[in-house]
Amino acid sequence: MESAAGFLPIIAALPFLGALLPGLMIQAGRNTCTAFTAASTILALTLLMLCVPSVMRGEVLTFGIDWLPSLGLNVNFMLDGLGLLFAGMILGIGLLIILYARFYLSREDPMGQFFTYLLLFQGAMVGIVLSDNILLLLVFWELTSLSSFLLIGYWKHLPEGRQGARMALVVTGLGGLAMIAGMLILGNIAGSYDLSVILTQKDAIQASPMYLPALILILLGCFTKSAQFPFHFWLPHAMAAPTPVSAYLHSATMVKAGLFLMARMWPVLAGTPEWFWIVASTGLITMVIGAKIALFKDDLKALLAFSTVSHLGLITMLLGLGTKAAAVVAMFHIINHATFKAALFMTAGIVDHEAHTRDIKRLGGLRHLMPITFTIATVAALSMAGIPPLNGFLSKEMMLEEVAHTYWIGPAWMMGAVATLGALFSVAYSFRYIAHVFLGRRRHDYPALPHDPGFGMWAAPAFLTVLVILIGFMPMTFAGDLVKISAQAVTQADPYVKIYHWHGLVPAFWMSVIAVAGGAVLLALHAPLMRMWNATPRPEAKTMFDAMTRTVTRASTALTDGVHDGSLTRNAVVFSVVVPVLGWFAWQAGGMTPPTREPLPVALVPAVGWVLLLVATALLVVYHRARFTALVLLGIVGLMVSLSFVYFSAPDLALTQISVEVVTIILLLLALNFLPRETPAESHPARRLRDGAVAVMGGVAVTGLTYAILVRDFAFESISAFHLANSYKGGGGTNVVNVILVDFRGYDTFGEIIVLGIAALIIFALTDTVLRGEGGRWLADWDPDTNPKGQAGDRHPLMMVVATRVMMPIALMVGAYIFLRGHNEPGGGFIAGLIVAIAFLMQYMASGYGWAEARQRVTYHATIGLGVLIAALTGVGAWLAGRPFLTSDYGYLHFPPIEEFEWATAMAFDLGVFLTVVGAVMLALQSLSSMARRTGETVNVLPMDVDPAREETGESGGGG
Amino acid sequence: MELLMATTIGVLTAAGLYLVLRLRTFPVIIGLSLLTYAVNLFLFATGRLIVDAPPILRKGVETYTDPLPQALVLTAIVISFGMTAVVVMLALGAYLSSRSDDVSLPPEDESREGEA
Repeated sequence: MESAAGFLPIIAALPFLGALLPGLMIQAGRNTCTAFTAASTILALTLLMLCVPSVMRGEVLTFGIDWLPSLGLNVNFMLDGLGLLFAGMILGIGLLIILYARFYLSREDPMGQFFTYLLLFQGAMVGIVLSDNILLLLVFWELTSLSSFLLIGYWKHLPEGRQGARMALVVTGLGGLAMIAGMLILGNIAGSYDLSVILTQKDAIQASPMYLPALILILLGCFTKSAQFPFHFWLPHAMAAPTPVSAYLHSATMVKAGLFLMARMWPVLAGTPEWFWIVASTGLITMVIGAKIALFKDDLKALLAFSTVSHLGLITMLLGLGTKAAAVVAMFHIINHATFKAALFMTAGIVDHEAHTRDIKRLGGLRHLMPITFTIATVAALSMAGIPPLNGFLSKEMMLEEVAHTYWIGPAWMMGAVATLGALFSVAYSFRYIAHVFLGRRRHDYPALPHDPGFGMWAAPAFLTVLVILIGFMPMTFAGDLVKISAQAVTQADPYVKIYHWHGLVPAFWMSVIAVAGGAVLLALHAPLMRMWNATPRPEAKTMFDAMTRTVTRASTALTDGVHDGSLTRNAVVFSVVVPVLGWFAWQAGGMTPPTREPLPVALVPAVGWVLLLVATALLVVYHRARFTALVLLGIVGLMVSLSFVYFSAPDLALTQISVEVVTIILLLLALNFLPRETPAESHPARRLRDGAVAVMGGVAVTGLTYAILVRDFAFESISAFHLANSYKGGGGTNVVNVILVDFRGYDTFGEIIVLGIAALIIFALTDTVLRGEGGRWLADWDPDTNPKGQAGDRHPLMMVVATRVMMPIALMVGAYIFLRGHNEPGGGFIAGLIVAIAFLMQYMASGYGWAEARQRVTYHATIGLGVLIAALTGVGAWLAGRPFLTSDYGYLHFPPIEEFEWATAMAFDLGVFLTVVGAVMLALQSLSSMARRTGETVNVLPMDVDPAREETGESGGGG
Repeated sequence: MELLMATTIGVLTAAGLYLVLRLRTFPVIIGLSLLTYAVNLFLFATGRLIVDAPPILRKGVETYTDPLPQALVLTAIVISFGMTAVVVMLALGAYLSSRSDDVSLPPEDESREGEA
């Protein structure tokens, strides 16, 4: 049976794969949709059954795939007795729920959506119980929170549904976050995130000082999920969901996930006083409080919800006791609770479906009208009450037996007494479910006249009820083995499992008798008790939760509004202040090594450049309002920056910087044509002072940081040596910067040219939008004469036209030269692209847009696209040679008249870069120019306004 | 020289920050350009300052400056041109469409007249 382990990932994946089907299959009708949904569950269940023989032999099936081994996150699945019990329950009851939901949902409900959510949830649950890796388990854990949110809020039109879903998500989600922290601590202690390893580390974990924090955090996750006090309040509100969801989530799955995890972690976490006090006490309190509230709920589903809370408390308490015998009882009760509670929820749904109400006050006497439902509900409710010989009786009796021998607080009988009280309430509300809904006189004011539903709807609860009876009569035959292997997995030992009805006149017997008798008395006194209950004020969880959410929301809104109110300036101030402050803390906290680099001596020329740059910058700040002057000063600063690149051994950067500088200034000049020429002085002096202070602080911080870096060597060996060593050997080029761009980091460059292309397209689209809208109309009415500075007289001066036209071929040749030598000498596609773009730009500027455009053969969109395409194809070409994307190759060609010529596939890639850069720059400037044309500037047909070769007519081509 | 480089980057940052905090689009664009210079110089400087050792392999030469920051900065310069161009178009589009080159929306209940 070695192959059985291979089924595990398939079992986990099947519900997720199946989730894709219902949405499609709903087109083929509701029955087909249900059939496909059920098929994936049946398939998963079948595979699970194939694993049963191995697990029954005591084997633990494991299956692992490495996912992120460096993080300890692997897709490891494991199936032992505990996993089998839960997976069986999830899939088995899931199947019944699918059948039930088919008949429960009305025609208006989108059934495809429902089944998709249901299968997603089912997959997440199966994932939890099959995970061997706790990180993987956490992923599935969060998935259950998310998918249950979708299920609980399925009736989107109901506000209660939405609120209930949100509350469930918030509570279980927060618990999940706490649990992530706890699990990480646990994994850290154990040295592995695999359960199979963690479970063997009991001593190390319990001895660790981090045991208690880990325990508390993990338990927070479990308690919120399993609705333990004081987190129990979300569960009743989740009842706004359709009944199949409630039946599924709250009998067999979601809320049992917390129990599962406690059981899973039982071998390493249980057995300490901390565990006992926290888990057993919480369980006990939850059990009593849940049962008490359930008694006073008039809504059938609320009654069942609180009874679920109570029973979950019971199981939690059993796990908390920390003894092997108690763990056995816990496993047994998990099975029993799943059977009778799912059946009860479904009967509640049937009553609601048929009578159109689930308010107990409006029901009663239904046994005459719905005998089948009555039978099912009665058997299940009696089991819940713990009436012999049903299965609920067996586990309750065993629970009382365990509790009777446990010392909690106060007198020795304290725990037994409290547990009996819980059981007493449990009997009372179970009896009430039967008595006040089905017994009594038939009424005449039901919202709808109820009758038994069709077979499809009662088949599922009936099946469960049969299980209730079978397990009740023959517990060892029907549940014994399952309890035994699951308890084996929980306790990691071979526990003694013997379930029988008659224990003799032991304390548990008397406690049971008291509970049943007391429950009956309580029910008899229900009416006066109910009045008392209604008269006593009590905390309303929803109000408190809402108030808390409101407060938190208000606080975070205040914070975000304070930091970012939509004003760019405020955001920038906050950022500019916070970053240096944080940097200061880091500076203080971290140690500084003494400087290791000898500063370079200050040379004269760079010092002059430094002064120039500083003066230009200072002037720029002072005169920034005169926008044209500011541009000129900006140009000086840019020039100085490129000169500093020259000085500090970066020829490629210098070339790039200076070409970009030219293009940027032209762009800004063109833009300034349409913007106001002056910036009004509108900030208050105090504000200027504040901004100045912020700026100086940022500047000082950056200076300090830079200087600290510059006088020290790398803390760690950098990877640059590799590039220097392999540039020629591997990339076939001596210009290391270029080889890095087109070869080592070719993928980065590929991304970057795409970004550049997209930026250009954005500009194009933006211009187009502006011109189509208000802006375009305004431009059409633009009167250039309003400009205070006036216009240059000669738009296309002769000298410039002639000069640029002569320069054009030279500039293009320089571009080609720069491009070709790029692999070995400073240059390359980026720089060549910019140079060629500048060559074109000069034509546009000198001879006018219309003249230049008439001679343009290729659109710039196409140039960008072609560039990216060529680069991509070069990369793909490597695949043909069986190498990864963008692997380059090179070689040498020798044509006799020319000297040896190197070729490299990187060259083609660089061509792509070149074309993209040309296209992007030109498209940006073309877009701007198109604005100028909109102002009604006449497009000159002739290249020159004044042409000596032409007869002087006094008319110029340009307007203005 | 290290101190000169550090102060250059610091001054460019300070000037850039001050201009970014202005209220009109054009100074903000100029400020962004200055910040771009500062950032590019800073990234470049993380390769440490070396004179006369360009990363062009030559026979017999053993000392080269760090090529990696240079390659990063080269693309950064080109990309920042793209960014500047987009921002300029945004500013221009906003001005043409709304006749205002304010960076932020004017406060609803306060008028500008009170300010100097």
